[in-house]
Amino acid sequence: MILGIDVGGTHTDAVLMDGLTVVKKAKVRTDEENLLASLLAATNELVDSRVSVQLHRVVLSTTLSTNAIVQNKIDRVGLLLISGPGLPPQLPVFEQDSCFLTGYTNHRGRESACLDDGQAANAIRQFRAMGINHLGIVGKFSPRNPHQEMALGRLAADQMHHISFGHRLSGHLNFPRRIATTYLNEAVWNRYRRFATEVLNFAAARGIGAPICILKADGGTIDIRHSVEFPAQTILSGPAASVMGILALAGCQSDAIALDIGGTTTDIVLFADGAPLMEPFGATIEGHKTLIRGLRTRSIGIGGDSVVDYREGELQIGPRREGIAAALGGPFPTPTDAMILLGMTDIGCRDRAAAALQPIAAAMGAGVNQAATAIFRETCRKISVAVRALIDEINNQPVYTIHELLEGRLIRPRTLYVVGGPAQAMAPELSRLLACEPCVPAHAEAANAIGAALARTTAELTLLADTEQRLLTIAEEGFQCEIPSRFTREDAIRTALAKLREKASRMGAAEQDMDLEVLEAQEYNMVREFRTTGKNIRVTVQIKPGVIGSLTPKENRC
Amino acid sequence: MLKPPRRTGLVFFPAFDWAISPNHPEREERLLYTQDQIFEEGLLDRENIVEYKPGLATFEDINRAHFCVPDAPSIVTESHLISAGGAITAAQKVLSNEVDNAFALVRPPGHHAMLVVHGARGFCNVNIEAIMVEWIRHHHGPKRIAIIDTDCHHGDGTQDIYWNDPDTLCISIHQDGRTLYPGTGFRDEFGGPNALGTTINIPLPPQTSDEGFLMVLERAILPIIEDFKPDLVINSAGQDNHYTDPITNMRFSAQGYARLNERLSPHIAVLEGGYAIEQALPYVNLGIILAMAGLDYSQVREPDYDPARLRQSPEITARIEQEIESLLRMYKARQSMKTRLVGGANYLKRQKAIYYDTDGISEQQEETVRVCGDCGGLVMIESVADTGNRIFATILPGRCCPDCRTKGEHFYERTNPGKYNRVFFQDREKGVFLTK
Repeated sequence: MILGIDVGGTHTDAVLMDGLTVVKKAKVRTDEENLLASLLAATNELVDSRVSVQLHRVVLSTTLSTNAIVQNKIDRVGLLLISGPGLPPQLPVFEQDSCFLTGYTNHRGRESACLDDGQAANAIRQFRAMGINHLGIVGKFSPRNPHQEMALGRLAADQMHHISFGHRLSGHLNFPRRIATTYLNEAVWNRYRRFATEVLNFAAARGIGAPICILKADGGTIDIRHSVEFPAQTILSGPAASVMGILALAGCQSDAIALDIGGTTTDIVLFADGAPLMEPFGATIEGHKTLIRGLRTRSIGIGGDSVVDYREGELQIGPRREGIAAALGGPFPTPTDAMILLGMTDIGCRDRAAAALQPIAAAMGAGVNQAATAIFRETCRKISVAVRALIDEINNQPVYTIHELLEGRLIRPRTLYVVGGPAQAMAPELSRLLACEPCVPAHAEAANAIGAALARTTAELTLLADTEQRLLTIAEEGFQCEIPSRFTREDAIRTALAKLREKASRMGAAEQDMDLEVLEAQEYNMVREFRTTGKNIRVTVQIKPGVIGSLTPKENRC
Repeated sequence: MLKPPRRTGLVFFPAFDWAISPNHPEREERLLYTQDQIFEEGLLDRENIVEYKPGLATFEDINRAHFCVPDAPSIVTESHLISAGGAITAAQKVLSNEVDNAFALVRPPGHHAMLVVHGARGFCNVNIEAIMVEWIRHHHGPKRIAIIDTDCHHGDGTQDIYWNDPDTLCISIHQDGRTLYPGTGFRDEFGGPNALGTTINIPLPPQTSDEGFLMVLERAILPIIEDFKPDLVINSAGQDNHYTDPITNMRFSAQGYARLNERLSPHIAVLEGGYAIEQALPYVNLGIILAMAGLDYSQVREPDYDPARLRQSPEITARIEQEIESLLRMYKARQSMKTRLVGGANYLKRQKAIYYDTDGISEQQEETVRVCGDCGGLVMIESVADTGNRIFATILPGRCCPDCRTKGEHFYERTNPGKYNRVFFQDREKGVFLTK
């Protein structure tokens, strides 16, 4: 059996699953001050001593890192930055605790300026004097060669409580994002480590021997022990949980749209061939643009409880929310009131809905039913416009080869999954507007916990091979080795996949869940003075987000 | 010194799957390290930098700027339609005010492609700036446009297309043609009889450094632009003046390129040549983008940059000063030059021999221009290449006067197609393109 828990901002949802069958569900209020207590409360409702020995997997999605960042409950971090020539990075938050050092590694991974050990030692000393004992080390182009970051790490190791390295957190290029990612990782490291320890202690005390995993922003899981070094990856796992839940419940295989219609906002996610789309560079949290792999979710300020108004001849819906629907005792008319009046849902008081909508109907010069219909349609229309805008944005994403420009694959969703309070009521109209088949998955109210329970381990890895320098680099793994000058793209792909398999099994992936995929495999002849001097090979591989094992949902399929 | 941030559009299309031939400088790898630099600097995360996917140019777009022999589909490949389309996308975004300026960082380049195209020369098949300029005029009405070609090679293609157009100012600065391909671009190449002084050439001695380039900019280019009063300024941004370029001999730096673009402040920049793909392009492109976007470029330096080592000699400075002085004297006297050049003639002819180095084709051309006081003048071209192709073309200029129009239409009708593989008619004012 599998236990899935999503510790959300308001509620903590938990499910106990046997294969794809939901055995038991639980919902408790989240105690923001003590997430562990919420976790325990939800677990206690589902797991007794008989169940705990039958568990073979526990997955948690937790707001711990997200909350720590949002509420600024983080440690002070000193940053050693090797910026080199170029654009000076903008450092909005952590400017006073940053120190720029000499040194430079270029795009080929060649060191073109040396570190100054004296300067670095001095900077570390100053951080110590300021009471800083958490350090982030970030170099420009460090994914191409982590050598200088590692050298600084050796200088600082015995003087700092803990260090985060830019090159370990992502293989992608983007220095400002690498700085933000490293900073956040180190800032929440201590708090997250304590939480992980407590969870492990609790599991041991309860006789839970199953591996415990944590859900990441990309909708994949990571073993809790392994996650301790990469707490930043656990941010924004809440939305990822819901998306994975939809994936698990509906068994999506094609291009599709998923909407989670809440009270204040509607979250939009797109699937390509059944896999949720990722942010092109990385997730954004509290204004920090990061390199953390995250699902591409678009949130718009329209939900069931959005305030409805009629101004200048137009219906205004959201983004304001002032409480629940009037029919349920709220202060203002909302789309939910319109749906209640139209008999599309059986919650709430119809008369109160009518009373709340009356002023709008009067302003429109229409009957109250007519007004409700208009509000309902406008709400659906606005959501569909946002969905279409996101599809256009993705289909117009720049590409860099003639082949992709002319033959590039476009997203053409055929199915629309809708979860959230007004899902049943809105799905038909939304699917009509978006020309998709509607689907409201069963157990949608626990989609988040189910998603956590069933998500498989994901991992990504970038490999660079430079046959002129005879050097192969996988910076994220801190790995470099010599290669022969005849090394080919196929060799590179083989090596990358083998290393990814190692990495994924360290992260807790089961052999049957390693659905490896080559994201990118480019090979360039390096030509100097009309002569080919070597090959520059770049390979990125991943295990994409998906559902564990050979579980293919049947009964719940739309 | 730092201008307030502007919204800058970036059309980045490195065509990672296209090369002229496996060991050719115009190859897949060319913008690879530029891409690395743009990504690593996080430029695309900046709020005032917007990246666009290039559109595809159409054969109609190409026929507004060229006579392709025998026709456009046999001259261009998809890669050319994309790079011309990328330049058009950049223009579109500027003219619709989505952005303040835009840089089309695309390949392959185009500034050696002339009006008549029998094949590829200087790595170029079609002229992506000219295709863009004619697209702008077709969709946004007649405009006065200045094209500043800062590639190290003379922009002979662009010069050829606009030789007779008084509404297009073509300024090319380049390494002296006696020392570099294509061997042209001297001061006395000054435009056709109705467009004197709207073609400007400033050859620079080998080893010219930042100081020399910026001196030419301040003393000659900017004053002439100011005099011309263009609606749009375009930089044909070749990057082969760089001190590390493998096929040229100049000493321009990333700092110099950035400063030049800051001062020139082009509405649109279009990448041309530049083959120091590792040591120059990442830094030069970064410098240009930052300067266009009004961001701090002061720390953009090549890792081996040493201004002292790159300083130009006093002799070079003196030669450049002299060149500027002679040019400005000529420019001031351009009105009186016409009388001297034309005399009493109604039509002027010039003969040209054009060699297509990339494709190994030789072309002989005779160009006839109607001397006109009211417009750029009717132009007729007879061209024969050693491929056996012989063509005749009639061109009506933008803002064409009634006389030139009547005569041009008449000539096209009367031309006997039997003598030629193809007879063309291009009406730049109305955007009409006919063949027979």
